[in-house]
Amino acid sequence: MNLFKLSWKNLINNPLSMTLSLVLFALGVGLISLLLILNKQLQDQFDKNLAGINLVVGAKGSPLQLILSSMYHIDSPTGNIPLKSAKALMNPKHPLIEQAIPLSMGDSHQGYRIIGSTYDLVDLYDGKVGTGKLWSKDMEVTIGATVADKLGLKLGDGFYSSHGLIIDDNLVHDDAPQFKVAGIFQPTGAVLDQLILTNTQSIWKVHDSHDHEDGDTHEEGHDGHDHEEHDHDDHEGHDHEGHDHDDHAGHNHDNHEGHDHEEATVAPEMIPTNDALLANADQSITSLLIKFRNNNYRTLNMQRNINENTEMQAATPAFEINRLYSMMGTGTDALQMLAYVIVFVSGLSIFISLFSSLRERKYELALMRVMGSSPSKLFVLIILEGLILAILGYVIGIALSHIGMEILAKYMSDAYRYSFSGAMFLKEELYLLLGALGIGFIAAIIPAFQAKNTDISRTLGK
Amino acid sequence: MLQTNKLHFSYTGAQTLTFPDFTCAKGEQWLLLGQSGSGKTTLLHLLGGLLSPTKGSVKIGETDLKSLSTAALDKFRGKNVGIIFQKAHFVKSLTVQENLILAQQLAGVAIDKQRIADLLNRLNVGHKLHAKTNELSQGEQQRVAIARAIVNQPTVILADEPTSALDDENCEEVIRLLEEQAAAVGATLLVVTHDGRLKERFEKQIKI
Repeated sequence: MNLFKLSWKNLINNPLSMTLSLVLFALGVGLISLLLILNKQLQDQFDKNLAGINLVVGAKGSPLQLILSSMYHIDSPTGNIPLKSAKALMNPKHPLIEQAIPLSMGDSHQGYRIIGSTYDLVDLYDGKVGTGKLWSKDMEVTIGATVADKLGLKLGDGFYSSHGLIIDDNLVHDDAPQFKVAGIFQPTGAVLDQLILTNTQSIWKVHDSHDHEDGDTHEEGHDGHDHEEHDHDDHEGHDHEGHDHDDHAGHNHDNHEGHDHEEATVAPEMIPTNDALLANADQSITSLLIKFRNNNYRTLNMQRNINENTEMQAATPAFEINRLYSMMGTGTDALQMLAYVIVFVSGLSIFISLFSSLRERKYELALMRVMGSSPSKLFVLIILEGLILAILGYVIGIALSHIGMEILAKYMSDAYRYSFSGAMFLKEELYLLLGALGIGFIAAIIPAFQAKNTDISRTLGK
Repeated sequence: MLQTNKLHFSYTGAQTLTFPDFTCAKGEQWLLLGQSGSGKTTLLHLLGGLLSPTKGSVKIGETDLKSLSTAALDKFRGKNVGIIFQKAHFVKSLTVQENLILAQQLAGVAIDKQRIADLLNRLNVGHKLHAKTNELSQGEQQRVAIARAIVNQPTVILADEPTSALDDENCEEVIRLLEEQAAAVGATLLVVTHDGRLKERFEKQIKI
């Protein structure tokens, strides 16, 4: 019968007040821990998928929506932009832009988005093909690991895409050509896992084969090509200034044109590049992911120029995501405050239950002294009761938060196609344990001193 | 074995109690008589080291209680003094057996479950070994309290009004058990009481 066991027996001898303290403590700890792991995983996901993109250009609308749809693939696209308008930005000789990756979206398969792009998108997310290969013909797709896993798709499997981003049998493009799985990516832990990638031409092909009456995301924004000229001029002028012109500029243009035509004629076997796309000037894409050569005032000017003088908008991912964080922050801050209040109340509840149990137990504490226990032993006995409650409450709270996270992860992966996990433990949770022990100790310290100072003669003489 | 010398005690703000000197030899059985309010319980607490006297000394065996620190006194008491109170108190969350084990452990004596079982059998409460103490009748509780007082084979057993809450039959029984068990472990027994029923049973009496 060591002190620990005795403390434990004393606690379970009073199951109701123990349960109350435990439930409160577990709720507080659980809520804090849940917020910690949820925040951490959200930030990880957002950061991982930033992938060095400086600017996203797409149709006008909410900048946050543009970022969410083009980079995180969780919201609807803002609309389409004509390729003509985007052309200038996709020039590989653009003085400010190192890379511009076109995205075409709006279709999905079983809730997973089909993205028409180039191989650059694969490189952007460090995608590596696990089995099979990258798409090389129209209507070939390479799919993310999660997509393959969840839908059970294998190499060579075919499927019809469906219009829009929700699962709806009425919107399946069954009159268009079938997509065929050419390869499956290795898991990356980033958004690539959730995507079905193909070339841009395939997306056009599906939509050329029929007409949608609604046509919202796909037909929008075909007017107002004029602004683009402005942009083009601007940059061409610059090109000439900065570099050795003659042969370079001429060569450049030749090359471009020649390339385009060539690619267009060998179409199905082509390597998907921006040049190949630009041959189809009357088509449109959804957005462009842009990496700058250098981030400076000229890139800022370009962004403003796009927003003010074209029918397109340009948004900065880092800025929009920070805006999103600060919006979410208010909510999580409030929840966190609530969690701390609950923890405080649970500490109070431990204190009150220990304190009131002492009043009932003062005879037995005096008796323990009579039987040979020293005052400090009684002190430790009560402190242990506080600590046991804190540790148990902590363990239950952590278990609750991780089970809760697992359930939330299931819901979130259904809703957003993002994978979260409850099986993730943070260093902060260790600090939380120390905090829990501290609260258990502080709650027990006054009752423990009282137990230590029990006046045995007065207590037993009554 | 149990010796007092010029014992004085005063509660703060109250008049000083003085107690007669007496010496009880090993194995002797004494009755300490006094009216309510005469300081019987105070004396018993002084003898058991639950209180320390303002003046004078208590010696148990060769040890002067004053010479011990608080923790050492607790240990000493656990090992050498068995105390039975008017109302039996136990650690409520523990069973009868666990209460007795606790008594052995707190006194720093090796745990001996066989001795506990034997003792309880001798006191006719062997079947309550695993019962919670609040499930016992008053007579049973007092018998378990006796078992706890003698489980560590103390040199002195102090009993504070052990019979005042009991009917004649139980009173007889409890006092007989006390005498028997004290004799069995060779302890000095001192019963503090105002219970007239016990006057005839003890030859050696102290009046205060």
